[in-house]
Amino acid sequence: MKALLRRDLILAIRAGGGFGLGLAFFLIVTVLVPFGVGPQSELLSRIAPGILWLGALLACLLSLDRLLALDWEDGTLDLLATSPLPLEAALSIKALAHWITTGLPLVLAAPLFGVLLSLPGPGYLWLVISLALGTPALSVIGTFGAALTVGVKRGGLLMSLLVLPLYVPTLIFGAEVARRGADGLQTTTPLLMLAGITAGVIAIMPFASAAALRVNLR
Amino acid sequence: MTLTIRDLCVARGGLPVLERLSFSLAPGQALILRGPNGSGKTTLLRTLAGLQPSLNGEIVAGEDDIAYAAHSDGLKAMLTVTENLRFWADVFGQRDIEPAMAAFSLDPLRDRLAGTLSAGQKRRLGLARMLVTGRPIWMLDEPTVSLDRDAVALFADAVRAHLGAGGSALIATHIDLGLDAKVLDVTPFRAAADARAGASDEAFL
Amino acid sequence: MPIERTRATAYIWLMSMTDETPIPKRPSGFWSYANPVKFLAFSARVLPVLWWLSGICLIVGLVWGFFFTPDDFRQGSTVKIIYLHVPSALMAINAWFMMLVASLIWIVRRHHVSALAAKAAAPVGVVMTLMALFTGAVWGQPMWGTWWAWDPRLTSFLILFLFYLGYIALWEAIEDPDTAADLTSVLCLVGSVFAVLSRYAVNFWNQGLHQGASLSLDKEENVADVFYVPLLVCIAGFVLIFIALVLYRTGTEIRLRRTRALLARETRA
Repeated sequence: MKALLRRDLILAIRAGGGFGLGLAFFLIVTVLVPFGVGPQSELLSRIAPGILWLGALLACLLSLDRLLALDWEDGTLDLLATSPLPLEAALSIKALAHWITTGLPLVLAAPLFGVLLSLPGPGYLWLVISLALGTPALSVIGTFGAALTVGVKRGGLLMSLLVLPLYVPTLIFGAEVARRGADGLQTTTPLLMLAGITAGVIAIMPFASAAALRVNLR
Repeated sequence: MTLTIRDLCVARGGLPVLERLSFSLAPGQALILRGPNGSGKTTLLRTLAGLQPSLNGEIVAGEDDIAYAAHSDGLKAMLTVTENLRFWADVFGQRDIEPAMAAFSLDPLRDRLAGTLSAGQKRRLGLARMLVTGRPIWMLDEPTVSLDRDAVALFADAVRAHLGAGGSALIATHIDLGLDAKVLDVTPFRAAADARAGASDEAFL
Repeated sequence: MPIERTRATAYIWLMSMTDETPIPKRPSGFWSYANPVKFLAFSARVLPVLWWLSGICLIVGLVWGFFFTPDDFRQGSTVKIIYLHVPSALMAINAWFMMLVASLIWIVRRHHVSALAAKAAAPVGVVMTLMALFTGAVWGQPMWGTWWAWDPRLTSFLILFLFYLGYIALWEAIEDPDTAADLTSVLCLVGSVFAVLSRYAVNFWNQGLHQGASLSLDKEENVADVFYVPLLVCIAGFVLIFIALVLYRTGTEIRLRRTRALLARETRA
């Protein structure tokens, strides 16, 4: 399992853009929003938590179609499926690698982008906490979408259509935590809900993903 | 360690391709599969490797005995030869990759990125993967594609050594490897064109 | 060891215990309709009845509701859109539920008709969802002064609509029918869990404008009797026409599969 994680991380670094692309996309979304809604800082600071969450979510989605497609094309998935490593574990590891290469940089960079959108002071901490708790769920759910559509040619668009509705609960609670945090309100309830969704998704989704992948491999 | 197949029926896209196939493969034995394109050799190997369900019949093999090599080698262009092999050795819980490197004379290529290898060199690396699985029953699908004569000889030696060590091999190939092996022509087992028993769409006929 | 192989082995092993060729048990009762031929014969018999019954129920219910019930003292004649809105909203959810049950049956018992029924129900469900959304907008405009509000119920229906779209798109995208059936079933299961989660999330996110349920088993909460009876007739009509449409569409899917199966053998021979 360690070997698979190490390999995925090395590939992400060497293939170029593994770490950088998602982050650059996040930056562009953040920069484009003021162009779209106007530069008034009080408006920006009000919508900042939501925009940052949405940007992180889209950046996550962007890199999903490479999560399994490359391993599918060169036959690695076939060989992995016949290896002693259970597919459930392999997919969990791949989701983890995806989170480390996409989710984690977003979490770390989010405060910087918060400055661009004049996020209010107390919001920074809660933004980072909510993203740190929520982005793993995005990776795991995304892995399920990738496993469903891996056999479809040009499945990227289809995958977005399937995955985005599944992101709704995570987005709602994650953005709610960030928003309440920015407004200086109680964040306990949405935070617990977000943590609960992430934990549940990590526990259960790999089985659904592996089932879908097995069907696609046969 | 013995692979036994009884009355097996395998399907491609829900349609039966091979029927009533029975054979057994004891340790030390090799079996060469032959048959025209589309006769179901790949389907048979994929079924035996556990990637797809059989329609009918029985496959008896020990747990985690079978190692499978497909048309594509699952190599990563951005990893070196050693890293590629190391990865599969780790996945299969094996330590030593040196014998595999030596058997397919990959030593001179050790630190080359797999993406810069020629087709034949890639294939050699793909076949070296079989040695690091540590599994007794090899399933090889057209292993000699894009190999030159020397490399074919290396491959034949590797198979012979594997058989000598009590392993077995099921090889779908068209060239003569010079192995002391039985040949199984799958043509007589081809399912009738209108075969329906067990097909996934049987209920609709 | 991969599951598939183990299962085949175990099956053969069980069979060899009985020491005689197993006689396949003919399913009887409900499960016998899993046979496509029997299903087609059955639906050919009941469909005409269903078309007529649903037509009668809809006409009676709608005419009664539109023309022979009093106007609401607050809402005026706008209230009458309830006769389309409530039944279509009900069926939008029930269609998804039916797909969930059919998907489960396919996963557990591998009956093709079940998978095809789920496939056939999806577009009907989409139409019901759209109808509920549209009539809701038409109703909401005079009542709340807006065509659309991000009210939990409305939002949930919009999300349900997205789930339907994804489900249908996945069916369309995959060539092999059995693979498509498997994958869409998994999606339907996972989607159901997330649909429920989304419902709660949306509730939490915004407390809404929408009134409580129009119907409930608690009599006190219900709409007045004058509206109630024609509404029930309309709901019966929607249920019947849903069943009829699904049966009809399932029949089409079965014939499509049969054509495919025959063609596959034709082209190979």
